[in-house]
Formats: sequence, structure tokens, C-alpha cells
Amino acid sequence: MSVELEEKAPQLGDATHPERQHEPLVFERSGEGKVGYSLPPLDVPPVMAIPESLRRSEIEGETEISEVEVARHFTRLSRLNFSIDQALYPLGSCTMKHNPRTNEEVARLSGFAASHPFAPEEVSQGTLELAWRLERALIELTGLPRVTLQPSAGAQGELAGILMIRAALEKSGNPRKVVLIPDSAHGTNPASAHFAGYKVSELKSNARGTLDLHVLEDAMTEDVAALMLTVPNTLGIFESQILEIARVVHGKGGYLYCDGANFNSFVGIAKPGLMGIDVIHMNLHKTFSTPHGGGGPGSGPVAVTEKLIPFLPRPTIERRPDGTFRLDYDRPDSIGRLRTFLGNYGMFVRALAYISAYGNRIGEVARGAVLNANYIRAGLTGIYHLKYDAPSMHEIVFSDKKQAEHGVHAGDIGKRLMDFGFHPPTISFPLIVHGALMIEPTETEGKAGLDAFIDAMRQIAREAEDNPEILLKAPHTTPVRRVDEVAAAKNLILRWRPQGMRRDI
Amino acid sequence: MKFLPLSEADRAEMLRAIGAPSVEALFNVIPKEVREEPKLPPPLSEIEIRRLMGGLSARNASARETAFFLGAGLYNHYVSAISDQMLYRAEWLTSYTPYQPEVSQGTLQSVFEFQTHICLLTGLDVANASLYEGASALVEALLMAERLVKGRRKAVLSRGIHPEYRETVRTYFTNLGLDVVEVPLSNEGVTDRALLDRAVDETTFAVAVQSPNFLGLVEDWNTSSNAAKTKGAMSVAVVAEAISLALLASPASGGADIACGEAQSLGVPMHNGGPLLGFMACRAEHQRQIPGRLVGQTHDAEGRRAFCLTLSTREQHIRREKATSNICTNQGLMALASNIHMSLLGKRGLREVAEQSHAKAQYLKREISKLPGYRLPYAGPTFNEFCVEAPEPAAPLLARLAVRGILAGAPLSRFWPGEDNRFLTAVTELNTKEEMDRLIAALGAER
Repeated sequence: MSVELEEKAPQLGDATHPERQHEPLVFERSGEGKVGYSLPPLDVPPVMAIPESLRRSEIEGETEISEVEVARHFTRLSRLNFSIDQALYPLGSCTMKHNPRTNEEVARLSGFAASHPFAPEEVSQGTLELAWRLERALIELTGLPRVTLQPSAGAQGELAGILMIRAALEKSGNPRKVVLIPDSAHGTNPASAHFAGYKVSELKSNARGTLDLHVLEDAMTEDVAALMLTVPNTLGIFESQILEIARVVHGKGGYLYCDGANFNSFVGIAKPGLMGIDVIHMNLHKTFSTPHGGGGPGSGPVAVTEKLIPFLPRPTIERRPDGTFRLDYDRPDSIGRLRTFLGNYGMFVRALAYISAYGNRIGEVARGAVLNANYIRAGLTGIYHLKYDAPSMHEIVFSDKKQAEHGVHAGDIGKRLMDFGFHPPTISFPLIVHGALMIEPTETEGKAGLDAFIDAMRQIAREAEDNPEILLKAPHTTPVRRVDEVAAAKNLILRWRPQGMRRDI
Repeated sequence: MKFLPLSEADRAEMLRAIGAPSVEALFNVIPKEVREEPKLPPPLSEIEIRRLMGGLSARNASARETAFFLGAGLYNHYVSAISDQMLYRAEWLTSYTPYQPEVSQGTLQSVFEFQTHICLLTGLDVANASLYEGASALVEALLMAERLVKGRRKAVLSRGIHPEYRETVRTYFTNLGLDVVEVPLSNEGVTDRALLDRAVDETTFAVAVQSPNFLGLVEDWNTSSNAAKTKGAMSVAVVAEAISLALLASPASGGADIACGEAQSLGVPMHNGGPLLGFMACRAEHQRQIPGRLVGQTHDAEGRRAFCLTLSTREQHIRREKATSNICTNQGLMALASNIHMSLLGKRGLREVAEQSHAKAQYLKREISKLPGYRLPYAGPTFNEFCVEAPEPAAPLLARLAVRGILAGAPLSRFWPGEDNRFLTAVTELNTKEEMDRLIAALGAER
């Protein structure tokens, strides 16, 4: 190959590079008469028994496209995504860990993927036993006596938990009015409490970034139904006074709710049940490694204390004395159901496979996650501002305070990280750290990856001083350059429309 | 442990950098009293996991190995091989919510396409990026309607809506000070028009009807839309068998303001009931009240077309307790599967799947009605599912057939006490005439 040709070859980052060429919308690839499917010929008479007045005309604008083009389209689109399998994905609070592929394989076994929850119990013993086994494992890991697998994701788990607390309080005469939530909490917490009919009262974190016992004592009245606490909190700091916190909450007849989004940092090491926690939701897509899938599906099982068992969503899965399994719909005190069927069952299969792979050594997960986060902390301390310097668990929240002096903000640092081949951390959360950079490496990152990340962050800090322009214009090497999100919200285009399309068809 | 990439030497070096004597020391912040090792079995190898799961899987009836006619809100439709193989790609599987558009254009564009497919099918202007599943999608649709018609407290729901959807609505509504009124079905098995008109009044914010309804009967969206419009309420169209959207009059054409429900039929395997794919669509004038994630088209710094999440000021991470919904993680991968599937089937394929499902269901319906003792209690038009009245209690009958490899349907008794002899049977393009004849012969032999 001649030097000239090599020089002409497009480089990643060039507008001419294939990775940066436009991939048209699948609708724009459509062409009349093309097909992407085949069905067997109809083996019964072609009857149409629905009156014309209840039928539609053709689906104007829908695709006509071959399988080849669909394969290329979605393969090309996929290459515009960053993924865990590529490199460190330190999106704090989201626990972006490796997803074992065995779990994908077993979830697709026909007895799981092609089964139906309304099939008679006689031919569903395997699906019921698997769910029951997962419940047992989560019971053992949480130290709480009962689990529901029904909630579709963490936020729905939160709602289920608060609804159970409400039902229990109501049963004893007074549902109470308020849920206490620290100012460092995930936004889903106040939203969930609101949907359960509670007023939210925000608790200010102390200088250490944790919940102050005095603040709690002042706020904890007999009007308070629950304290929703994230353990460790969103700063990655463990609430070391957890037992005292539980005593204060219980002393006033309230419940201690734990947002278990950060369970990855102590799974297999400590048990929420021993901490005085009454309810904890877990995210199977975080701690138990079911894939994040570009934004779900999640799954948000909830473990509860003895007092809340009667209020669990129905149905529950029960084991009979003869060892067979059944669904119990007859639960008069149940909060009801939060969705159809049994929950995101496919995630149960993956989570049980994951827990089985670690077994009694699952504490290694937390050890690895905490070690990795602390290594990043050690590598970046002094270079990035650390507002709260209490010991870190699985994640570390720096801020852009030093870089902001040069006009560079957390968002810019995140965008520049893309040029170094990393996904940005969580930006601007938790809200109590201005310009937050929330970094969670997880246990599935090796030392080389951590070192490369630390090096990139250090270089970015140097660039912020020497050449802030490069950060303000970052990223430079991604499939598209900085995306105008303001324009998207101002001029809403939420779909493609065929040319000249009529409304109301 | 094969998912843990640190060597002993790495660990030692990292601890030196941190200045900690041991990994255990990093956990000193956790009080001793709350620490306990889990009593779980020893770790399993990949081979053992496959064996364990294979054993559990083998004890379930699978639609791939039986004559399968179960539906009731979850349907056994064809999914192209390419769809599932695409889901294995790490770029789809192991990425997350596209908060950072520059490295998430694949997911963002796919969601934009998914939103478009849902708009084309429902006839409405705007669709969101997905919701968990049908029941919570209905809850979100009703809450949206309540925001749009402020100050009203009553939702009117047809009893033809999936019973589990209605139960979910009750769970969510209990503590929000909102009332739910259910309108019974007529003797024809569709929403009773007179009772519906009577139930809707000036305090009603939404009227919701499902079509095909839980009994499989096709409802006319216009009935509920007219009832809603007369009183200034929102008309909510509920769809639990989304492939019907390719054949039946669209919610928009029937005057619906919001369409919502379950899109599992559009390319998502049954998964024993989850993960599924909730959807929602609405008219343009209401787009700022639609809950959940939305992807919009925009441009990058060099003027190229690009996509990003938009209108996030409605969402909980910004609005906290004032958010339109508490939903965060939704059904990204399922929306992708569905986008691939809908793109492959397209204009003609979606229609053909719907027509085949309908024609096959008509065949089975006719043949069952000929069986002595069997009766079809409702005469109205159905799409691909219908109610059968057996000459004996349905649940034990269905269990006997299931053991013989025929999943004939879902008993109604769990949802409608007193309807012991009735069951729902669903037919899709995957059912062959031979399977249907086998079912008919088995039902005949049971007599």
C-alpha cells in the first residue's frame, strides 16, 4: 500500500470515517415491494369475520425492507453505542458490571422463554421452583424473612415497599403522613413516596455527607411513616450509625426503608436485616448483573420484615409440604398487584444463575467493587475536588470545583472522557455536590482498565488548565460531536413522518 | 472467580496505593453486629449452572414443544431469529440509558424508530420509549389523563380490560385520592353502552376501554370516545394484543386521546410473563404530559442529524416528588427487539400475521362450536382469542390436557368467580391446523 493511500484513509474522528456516516432511519431505507419476513401459507380458509367498520386501512409509512438491510441497519446502529464489553463504564449508581453470557443462554431455554404464567401448575413446577429459589437466595443475602419478585424495576420496588408500609400502618389505625428522605437520595425515592400518597420531607445531610442523628431525631415524629435511606448513600458513604438510625425510626413506630441500589457494595458481607432495615428493594440489573439493555428491562425484588409479610403483592409463591410449588392469590391484606403476571421472570433466571456462580463467595463482589473504587479515589485525590472525604465504599463522588476555575465543568470532563475511550461517570448527581462526577467502577474492572481511566482523568485535569478549549468542544472522536439537547427540547421532533401523511389514520 | 479480573499482585499493589492494610480494612465502616457471611452453596461452574437451569426448564410446558393456545394478555407469536441474535450484541445488551448521546446514538435512534412504529400503528402523534408492561402503562395513561383534565377524580374503566390491569390500577390509585368505577360487560360480552354513558359524568377524567377486550371481543373505540368527549374526559384505548393494531381500526381513528397497553406481541418472547413491553401514545397537543423517556431528533455541533433524550424535566431525577411518573429504568432491550421485529414484518407482514391469526382463530372457533356440549357464549366479532364454555369445570380439564402436551387456554374462574366452565383460547400464526385438530380431538375425547 502506498503512503499516499494510507494518508487518505479516513481516521476515526474524521467526518468521512464510516463510523461517522449517517445511518438513515429504518423507514428511510424502505422501498416498495421489499420484504423482510416469510410466513407459511395459510392452512385454513382465509376467513375475515370482522366487519369493515372495525378494520383499518394499510399502515401508512410502515417499512418494506429486506432482512439483509435490517441486519446491516441494526449492526451499524449498534456500533454507535458505548458498552461495558468495550471498556470501563463508570456510570455511578448504575453498577455497570460485566454481564455473564451463560445467563443469557439459560434465560432463553424454552421452559423459561417460551413458557406462560397461566399454564397449569402441573406443567409449571420448574418456573415456580426457580422463582422460589431466587427468593430463598435473596432472603439469605438480606437477612429478611420474605421477598417479592414482582416489581418491574427499582422504582416500582420502592413503590411496593412504601405501599406495604402504608398498608401495615393503616391496618394498625393510622397510615401517617410523611416520608423522610435525605437530600442525597435518588429522585425516584420522593417520586415513589408521592405516588404512595405521602408528603416528602427532605433531610439535610451533615458535613460528612451522611444522615445526622440529631436532624433525624428532630424530624422523626409519629406523623412519619418511614425513612427512605440509601445504604451506602449516593456519595458511596456507609451510614455507620445505621443501628442508631433504626432505633430512632422504630422508636416512633416508623419503618426503615432501604434503597438497595447500592447493595453491590456489601452483598455477602453484611445483612440489611441485621441493620434494623424493614424493607429493601434490590435492582437485579445492578447487583445481580442482569443486562442493562440500553435502558432496561430492570427487575426490583423487595425483601421485607416479618410484620410486612401479609401485605406483599399477590400472588406469592408457596412451597407445599410435599415439595411442590403453587401460587397463592388468596391474600386478603395484600397491597394488590403492581403489574401483570409474576414480574420480569427472564431476569429471575439470570439473577439466580449469577448468584449460583458466586455462591457462598458472593462477598468477593463487594470486596472487588470497594477496592476498585478506593483505588480510583487514591489515584485522583488532590486532582479533583472531593467535597465529602469520608471513607468510600463502591463509588466515589468528585466535583469539578478545581476545573470550574478554568471554565470547565463536569459535563465537559465527561464528554472528554469519551475521547479516551471511556463512558462518562454520572454527571451532576447527587444534587448535594455541585458539579458532581460520580464514579463507580464495579468489581469487574481489572487494574489495567482502572489505571488507564485514572491516567485519562489526570490528563483531562491538566488539559483543563492548559487547553480548556479542547474540553469545551469535546468529544472529538465520537460518531457524532456534541449533541444539541437544548434544540431537541425547543423544537420537538419525536418521530419520523412519511411525506404528506394525513393525521388520524 | 472468573468475573473478577484482579490478580493477587494487583490487589496488593492497589492496597499499597490506597494505603490500606487489607481489603477487609475498607469495610471497617460497617458495624460488626450487622456483618454475617451468607449460608449459600459453594460456587457453581458454567457447566453446573447449565445443568441446574436445564433441569428446571425441562419441567415446564414450553410453547415450542406443545400445542399452545394460551393468551390472556401474553401471546405466542413468531419472532425472527435475527431479532434475538441482535440482542446478544454487547453494544445493545451491555449499555444503559442513553444519558450521553454522543456515545449512545444507536440506542437513541432505535428508540426514535420504535416511537415511530407505535405512532404508525396507533395513528397517534407521539409515543414514548416504552413502559414496563401493559398494566402499569394503563396506570400511567390514566394519571396522564388526570393531569390533562385537572380537578376531576374519577376514572371509568370497562370490565373488559384485563383483570390484572384493573387490579394494578386499584393498587396505584388507592392512595392518590382517585376513584375507579368499573362498567360491566353486556350479555354480548362488550362494554355495556348504556351503563358506560351513565357512569361518565363531569367528575370523570378518563374513560378506558380495551379492544380486543379480555374475552377477545372487538370493541368500537368510538363508543368510549363519544362517552368521554361528551363530558370532557380523555378517551384511553387499551390494547393487550398489539398485533391487532395491524388489522383493527386504530385508536386515533376511533377518537382515542391516549393509547396504551402491551406490545409484547410485536417481537418479544413470552418469558413466562416478563420482561414485556408497555407502550403509550398520545396526541401532539398532550405530548408534554406523556410519562417516561422520550427521544427527540436534533443535531450535533457540526450540524449532523443526531438524537437525544428530551423533555427530561418531566422526570423524577429532576422533578423528584413532582415528577409525572416514578419510572426510571424501562424496557430498552425489548423496545429494540420490537423495533427490529416491526421493521422486518413492516407494512405487509404485520397485516399478514394479524390476518393469519384471525383466520386460524375463526377455524378453531367454528370447530369447537361443533363439539357436543361446547358453546361459544358470545357471538360478536373476535380477533384471535375467544371465550369457550365447556360442559365441565375448565381448570381441571385444561390441566389434564396440559399434561398431554396441549395448552388449550386460560380458565376464567381465577378472574371471574362463577365462570367455572369458561376459558379463553388464543390462536396465532404459529398454530398449525394440525395442532388445532389435535386440540379439537382431545376436547372431543374428554367427553
